[in-house]
Amino acid sequence: MEWFDFVLERYNYWIVIILMMTGLYIVFARGNLVKKIVGLNLFQTSVFIYYLTIGKIAGGTAPIYVGGELDHGGGHGEEAPGHDAPGHDAPQGSDASLHETPEGASDHVNDLFGGEAGSDKIANDFASNDLKETLKDFQAQGAAAPTGGEASLHTPPEGVDGKIANDAFQNIKKPESIEFSIGDGHEAGANSLADAVHQASEVIYTNPLPHVLILTAIVVGVATTAVGLALAVRIREAYGTIEEDELEVIDNVAEFGEEARARAEGAAS
Amino acid sequence: MIDANLAIPLALWAPLLGCVLIWLLDKSPNLREAATLVTGVILLGLAITVFAAVGAGERPTYELIQVIDGLPIAFQAEPLGAMFGLIASGLWLVNSVYGIGYMRGHNEKHQTRFFMSFAVAISAAMGVAFAANLFTLFIFYEVLTLSTFPLVTHYGDEKARKGGRIYLGVLMATSIGLLLPAIVWTYAIAETTEFTPGGIFTAHMDAVGPIAGVLMGLYAFGVGKAALMPVHPWLPNAMVAPTPVSAFLHAVAVVKAGVFSILKIAVYIFGIEFLHETGASQPFMWIAAGSILLASAIAMHKDNLKARLAYSTVSQLSYVTLGAMLATQMGVMGGAMQIAAHALGKMTLFMCAGAIYVAHHKSLVSELRGMGRVMPFTFGAFFLGAMSIIGLPPMAGSWPKFFLMVGAADAGQLAIIAVLMISSILNVIYLLSIPIQAFYMKPAEGDAKPQGAEGEGIKWGALKEAPILCLAPPMLTAFGAFLLFFFSGHLYDYLTPLMGGVHG
Amino acid sequence: MNFAEQLPVLPIITPLVMAPVTLLLPKGRAPWAWATLASWLTFAACVFLLREVSASSAGFISYHLGDWAPPLGIEYRVDLANALVLLLVSGIASLVFPFAYRSVQLEIDERQSSLFYGALLICMTGLLGVTITGDAFNVFVFLEISSLSTYALIAMGARRDRRALTASFNYLVMGTIGATFFVIGIGLLYQATGTLNMADLHDKLAGNHSRVVDAGFAFIVVGMGLKLAMFPMHLWLPNAYTYAPSAVSAFIAATATKVAVYVLIRFLYSIFGFDFSFMGSAFTFVLLPLGLAGMFVASFVAVFQDDVKRMLAYSSVAQIGYMLLGLSFATVEGLTASLVHVFNHALMKGALFMAVACVVLRAGSHSVEAFAGLARRMPFTTWAFILSGLSLIGVPLTVGFISKWYLLQAAFAAGHWYAGFLIVASSLIALLYVGRIVEVMVLREPAEEGKYAIPARDAPLSMLIPMWIMVAANIYFGVNTELTGEIARRAAEALMMVAGGAP
Repeated sequence: MEWFDFVLERYNYWIVIILMMTGLYIVFARGNLVKKIVGLNLFQTSVFIYYLTIGKIAGGTAPIYVGGELDHGGGHGEEAPGHDAPGHDAPQGSDASLHETPEGASDHVNDLFGGEAGSDKIANDFASNDLKETLKDFQAQGAAAPTGGEASLHTPPEGVDGKIANDAFQNIKKPESIEFSIGDGHEAGANSLADAVHQASEVIYTNPLPHVLILTAIVVGVATTAVGLALAVRIREAYGTIEEDELEVIDNVAEFGEEARARAEGAAS
Repeated sequence: MIDANLAIPLALWAPLLGCVLIWLLDKSPNLREAATLVTGVILLGLAITVFAAVGAGERPTYELIQVIDGLPIAFQAEPLGAMFGLIASGLWLVNSVYGIGYMRGHNEKHQTRFFMSFAVAISAAMGVAFAANLFTLFIFYEVLTLSTFPLVTHYGDEKARKGGRIYLGVLMATSIGLLLPAIVWTYAIAETTEFTPGGIFTAHMDAVGPIAGVLMGLYAFGVGKAALMPVHPWLPNAMVAPTPVSAFLHAVAVVKAGVFSILKIAVYIFGIEFLHETGASQPFMWIAAGSILLASAIAMHKDNLKARLAYSTVSQLSYVTLGAMLATQMGVMGGAMQIAAHALGKMTLFMCAGAIYVAHHKSLVSELRGMGRVMPFTFGAFFLGAMSIIGLPPMAGSWPKFFLMVGAADAGQLAIIAVLMISSILNVIYLLSIPIQAFYMKPAEGDAKPQGAEGEGIKWGALKEAPILCLAPPMLTAFGAFLLFFFSGHLYDYLTPLMGGVHG
Repeated sequence: MNFAEQLPVLPIITPLVMAPVTLLLPKGRAPWAWATLASWLTFAACVFLLREVSASSAGFISYHLGDWAPPLGIEYRVDLANALVLLLVSGIASLVFPFAYRSVQLEIDERQSSLFYGALLICMTGLLGVTITGDAFNVFVFLEISSLSTYALIAMGARRDRRALTASFNYLVMGTIGATFFVIGIGLLYQATGTLNMADLHDKLAGNHSRVVDAGFAFIVVGMGLKLAMFPMHLWLPNAYTYAPSAVSAFIAATATKVAVYVLIRFLYSIFGFDFSFMGSAFTFVLLPLGLAGMFVASFVAVFQDDVKRMLAYSSVAQIGYMLLGLSFATVEGLTASLVHVFNHALMKGALFMAVACVVLRAGSHSVEAFAGLARRMPFTTWAFILSGLSLIGVPLTVGFISKWYLLQAAFAAGHWYAGFLIVASSLIALLYVGRIVEVMVLREPAEEGKYAIPARDAPLSMLIPMWIMVAANIYFGVNTELTGEIARRAAEALMMVAGGAP
């Protein structure tokens, strides 16, 4: 029953596909303009779900910063089995990179602070402007370091494994934690800052980027729905109906005279 | 005398400037006509300058702009182009004089638009004559088509619209549909479209060899203005236009630009030697021969004088195409001379037809019996013009026929010689019969008094000729055709560089 | 802050910030003047940008939005290809805005006029954004910004003809489906590579031959095909162009589909590249035949239209076929031809739709009947129409000829000689439909009575001047191809280099 597992493990994609097809079918099959809009909405929603499903990491929490206290380090290894078990998530390669990258990061932060430890000014600056700089350097390292992880992430034959974490966006998350830690670090000193960074990196977050993307897409979808419904209202005002075939008859009658109506009725019967 | 290099751009710009002047002088017809004539004189002077310079062995050049890399709008005068430029500008002047007489005699509307279009068209014809590459030639070829469209549809009625539609449709369809791809194909293979003595394909034998016949076909039919059957219908249909326009189409610029392009492509793009070796032009030689006979046969059945002349033109143009396709020295020479001789002869015939129409409002051949006694000068000129077209000495038209026959003999195509002879006989039947009937037959009873409005003109005793502006030009061109017979030797020498080093 | 460093963001920021202001301005001329100013500033920025890119040694300018470095941050990446399209879009806009005033006065409710200008600015922003961005998801966002405002703009034509509403609705449905397909494709690519930055995508996709990428490719091509009205997904276009307000037709006909074509080129060449296994078959079995079919079917349909705007709309579908054909040759020449035609076609269609707008202003209709005898009533408009019509046919000394030349040359050089003949054959159909209208304009007698009887008065100068600038551009770029042909060739070479040579 391998194929059964194969199908079942990808249930999230089936949901997306079914929703998508339902939506498209409604758009094309329904003559009522409002129903068309509903179908369009359904279609778009399926895409939202698809984006969310690829951003999910098993065991990952919502991509909201939880601070250094939350200790998830222990659970990490358990929840990330090897990628030979399909349907489960972050394969080992990525696991490694998850550990490695933050290490590099904290080293980096240490370096940065090493020379001028104790200076309040630096901490302040760091919290504001230099974050981006750090991020850039960080990426430069991060991009170089986890190639192994990446390969294992994205090359499985059915790379469709939805809940895969993504290196680049792991990276995004970590600088965030750096930022907050710095606030503490200002008092606690450079070492505790590094500790905090290290601890925070142990927390697994769901990939935040798809969420952000989908927030944008939702806004677009809402706008589209609004414009579409507004148009439907205007069409009803102008024609007195929102049924597509009736609209067509009205237009034809306006252009070709009453015979068009007779023809349309003849065709209907 | 101005520098010949400068004369080329001036020859392009002068008519355009004239066009603007004509437009500005819209309100005072006399000044407007003066502008046309002054332009014509200047243009002729410029053409003579170029002609003389080329005769002295120079090759005046001028580059306007580099449009695409390696594709400039550039000009270079060589013997054939200089000759065409001279004929076109000379006949344009004559035609303008005639056109002024015709349009005034007829009280036509939209005269300003008429002369403006004329000016643009002659500028385009100059561009075709002096083009240094196919790209430039194509550009001016199209401008010529478009600028003559308002002339063809001058009357603006249903008939003119239909004629104009066919005129523009056939010419644009052939030029865009066949000629343009042919040019681009040439460019894709040879990476140049420059007219080069000896042709540009010799160096690309491998690439061109297999498709030479196809390319030649694209060119032969793509140059719709050469009216090779079956792309001739635009020519008879353009007869809806006023007679000066017909004269312009048939003698001055349009069809001449067509056969001129064919000759240039055969000589400077393919090269006579190349054609001779590959035999790519053979099928088109037969098509041209067929075109000659078929068009003559159709012409015999036409009662409308202008329609008869139109089919005669279709037939005569194919002489030039035939000359090019023979791929021999003498064939090319015959074709080139045919351009000059036919221009003078056909110009005469058309202007006579117009003069008859202006004076008596007659346009059918059957109505012309006995008219010779009323219009002796007009029909005298018509007689000379017809002789030249047929190829009887002592008129210019006899030489090209002679060279073509020599060329055909060189190529070993005896059947072509037979075609030429049959064609001459047909010409005699359908052209010469007109003046003979006019002089020797009595007018039919019903036609004794011309019905409808009497046209304007000179009345002198029993004679009733067209106005002097309509009468003098055909006599002048008939005389020109007579003179050219005796100066053909000079023309032969002048055109010798065309033949290159090939001995066929 | 250094002005030059911030240059790439100016074409987006300027209209985006200025657009809402139009709503606050008093009714009358103010919103129009403000929007026109915005379009001119944008155009100036685009001109500077093109000069900068042209001079830069790297061949592109990378701008990090908010100073967040790519691939995480959004990158604006301007190379010659999109600098050319930016110049085109902003240039057309800078002519359409001044042009629009009288036309909008007639066709749009006065209460809506400031909304109209605001929406048109937003639409322009969206198109520019799509072009300039180097981030795949950002393309979607800007695409929808421009599309949403276009839906609203088309619907504003309802004042003259209520069919604008249904046209807009259909466009909305089709456009949204297209955009959603596109975003699914982006999602699949993201899933396979973990990045959204175009350059980064290209690097990560190299050697990645999974089915996810294949699916993403298909979704993106279909989605963009809907947006650019690739035959047979063009059904929304004719109605939308026909019933939109005249100025809107002129603007979107000249820009919207062109930008979509640009996006397709960008995705095919800069992201997938020839390394990607589907490229060859997509070109041979999808884009090439569909381009050819579009050229013929749409041209043929155009011949039988009694409405000039609808005729031009079908002609647009056909012309898109040329662009697809050019890019599907997968050679530098073909890509050059495609880019050149993107530019040139915008010029001709812009001028043609502007001429129609002038006719609508005076004759109140865009049916063929309204064009009868216009040569005598509106000579300047007629000549503008004739010249740009000749350009559409491809007569020498116009941009249409240059396009055709490049395309033919590409076809012959790529060995697709049959395509060369099909190209010229379809431009002969253009001769038919343009010739038909021109004949009506020039040779038909103007109506003396009835609803098409109009006084002999040409369009106002505020419309004639922009229209004639556009016509002059048609001729100028038909003689001097230094800007278009040269830049397009360099852009094509750069694109081909990234794409990695022919398949």
